[in-house]
Amino acid sequence: MNPRRIGADFRVFALGFLRNSISLFFSLFFPLVLIVMFGAIYGGLGTAHATLWVEDEDSAAPLAQGFLKTLNATGDLTLNFVSLSVGNLSTYLTNHSLTAGLVLPATFSQRIQAGLPANLTLYTDPVSSGNAGVVQGAVGAALFAFNLQLAHGTALAGVSQHNVGSPVFTNIDYLVPGLIGFSILVSPMFAMVDLTATYRKEKLFRQLSLTPLTKGEWLTSKIMWYVGLTFVSAALMIGAGDGIFGAHATLSWGMLPFLVLGPFFFVSLGMLAGSLTRTPETAAIVGNVISFPMMFLSGTFFPVSAFGSTLQTIAKLLPLYYVIDGLNAVMLFNNPLEAFHDALIVAGLSVVVFGLALLAFKWRDE
Amino acid sequence: MATAIEVENLSKEYGTLHAVDGISFRVQVGAVFAFLGPNGAGKTTTVEILEGLRRRGGGTVTVLGLNPWTDGRRLHPRIGVIPQEFRFFDKITPREAIQYYAALFDQKVDVDRLLERVVLSDKATARFETLSGGQKQKLGLALALVSDPELLFLDEPTTGLDPQARRAIRDVIRSLHSEGKTIFLTTHYLEEAELLADQVAIIHHGRIIADGTSSSIISQFGHPPRLRLEGSAALAEILRRQVARPVTFNDGMIEVEIRTSADVLPVLTAAQASGLPWSNPTTVRDSLEDVFVRLVGEMDEGEVRASPLPAGPGGAR
Repeated sequence: MNPRRIGADFRVFALGFLRNSISLFFSLFFPLVLIVMFGAIYGGLGTAHATLWVEDEDSAAPLAQGFLKTLNATGDLTLNFVSLSVGNLSTYLTNHSLTAGLVLPATFSQRIQAGLPANLTLYTDPVSSGNAGVVQGAVGAALFAFNLQLAHGTALAGVSQHNVGSPVFTNIDYLVPGLIGFSILVSPMFAMVDLTATYRKEKLFRQLSLTPLTKGEWLTSKIMWYVGLTFVSAALMIGAGDGIFGAHATLSWGMLPFLVLGPFFFVSLGMLAGSLTRTPETAAIVGNVISFPMMFLSGTFFPVSAFGSTLQTIAKLLPLYYVIDGLNAVMLFNNPLEAFHDALIVAGLSVVVFGLALLAFKWRDE
Repeated sequence: MATAIEVENLSKEYGTLHAVDGISFRVQVGAVFAFLGPNGAGKTTTVEILEGLRRRGGGTVTVLGLNPWTDGRRLHPRIGVIPQEFRFFDKITPREAIQYYAALFDQKVDVDRLLERVVLSDKATARFETLSGGQKQKLGLALALVSDPELLFLDEPTTGLDPQARRAIRDVIRSLHSEGKTIFLTTHYLEEAELLADQVAIIHHGRIIADGTSSSIISQFGHPPRLRLEGSAALAEILRRQVARPVTFNDGMIEVEIRTSADVLPVLTAAQASGLPWSNPTTVRDSLEDVFVRLVGEMDEGEVRASPLPAGPGGAR
């Protein structure tokens, strides 16, 4: 291994990479898009809110107005009132593609005053389950408060809600390590599969074989580049998570093994896959076949604990699982022993795949 | 004189195809050796074996005293290679490419001078993907020269280039030759070989069918020189009777075979004495291309059976 040659190859590769807008997009911009998109989906951007269409058949009565005031006070709903002339609210909601509605019957106040049960009718759309949950929760909470108020009672028992790991963690905090893992997989893996197959097709490897550069030096410079890129990409994602959603990812030295070993493994795996295929087209297919299961089953977007037992077993066979699990261990759970165990597995796999990639990778034709 | 390349009974098979079928030749240090042949003749396979890019099937190969397949690490800094249709990293400029190769070979290179030498200074900072075919080949040549090699392999370096680019590359080859570099050149342009090469070998169906200097190949395999003049069939008949040399007539053109320049005067005297009209006397001789086309054509028709040729100094055996 000659540092001067590795440095020269690193420089040329970096220049080529930085001048390629597609590479830049998928390496740096795309992870940011993901973090913003998933952050918003998982509720980090703004609070859960829904619109409720109300048909108040008892609008003149103070009790009905009192209930709607309580409902409005939950802050989770925007109340839009519809005219009584629309007739059946369910039909109105369907015709106007609306997802939630509430009918206060004309006898609402009268029955309460008579000490009789008064039922509201709530319409929700099961397809919009998130929206329905917000509406049901808000209406339920309003009814509970309204009933307590009518009974002149005081709530005695309550609940204090906390998240696992830290009292302050939210969904976005769990998403950051997963998306760093995603970035560690996608950028090096796809780039190296394509690079290896294309360079071979265009005979660039044969050309390089006529220089003193060795296969190991060439691969090392690529690993160095993608390790550097992973640090930048991780910093951007942590920054975006913190800046936009107030994520609380813990920066720790324990992340370093995963930010180094992850790209090491996936650069080598990409090169191995590219070396074993004949054309760039086949290489792209192989790259996708390897990457997609890992992308979705390793805990990138969904926690592995949410999977069934078979999928959990499969997930534990995937190298990316150990990268993400290790990042979670150091960034969220302060569990260095678990992280060390994961790092050892990734290191072992990396050495094996690096060796196999060097064996499979041919500069020249036999 | 020292030998740069020595090939003895070299063969290479791809399945049942004998791409190279027992060829032998030597290239002297400082010579320009042109390796000619039609497409699929075995040129590129031979060149790649010599460069150490492909394993030989049989025979022995020595390049600068080394086995190119097993001693590549020692050989490659001493040779420069331009493959057919040179490719490089799309986003890199010629200046950066030369700096890259200089770092790989641990050579101090005057980049501007090298770019100037291959007539590429005006494209020093243009990305490879924007260069024309000729400019790409010039960059290939520049990179091949970075390590100041003793021996250069130029595999069809001018194919598909415009006349200006071809001329620029030929000028560089001439200048390298004058510096004493050994050049192994494969080309489709026969006039290029005739212009540049000290030694020529023609390969067809994996076997060398002619070898030597251009003029020796033309002498050996070409038609004798002819005196050509425009005239009638009657004049051709008169000349046939009077000069005792083979005479042909075709479409108003008379050709009389001559051995030396002394044969010219009697022919012209006889033509003048005939009283018949004639004009435009010229002497013609076969070019390397004429010989090449004939040899390859005859071999394809099965009229010529390739046989080992007598070994000349540094020639095929």
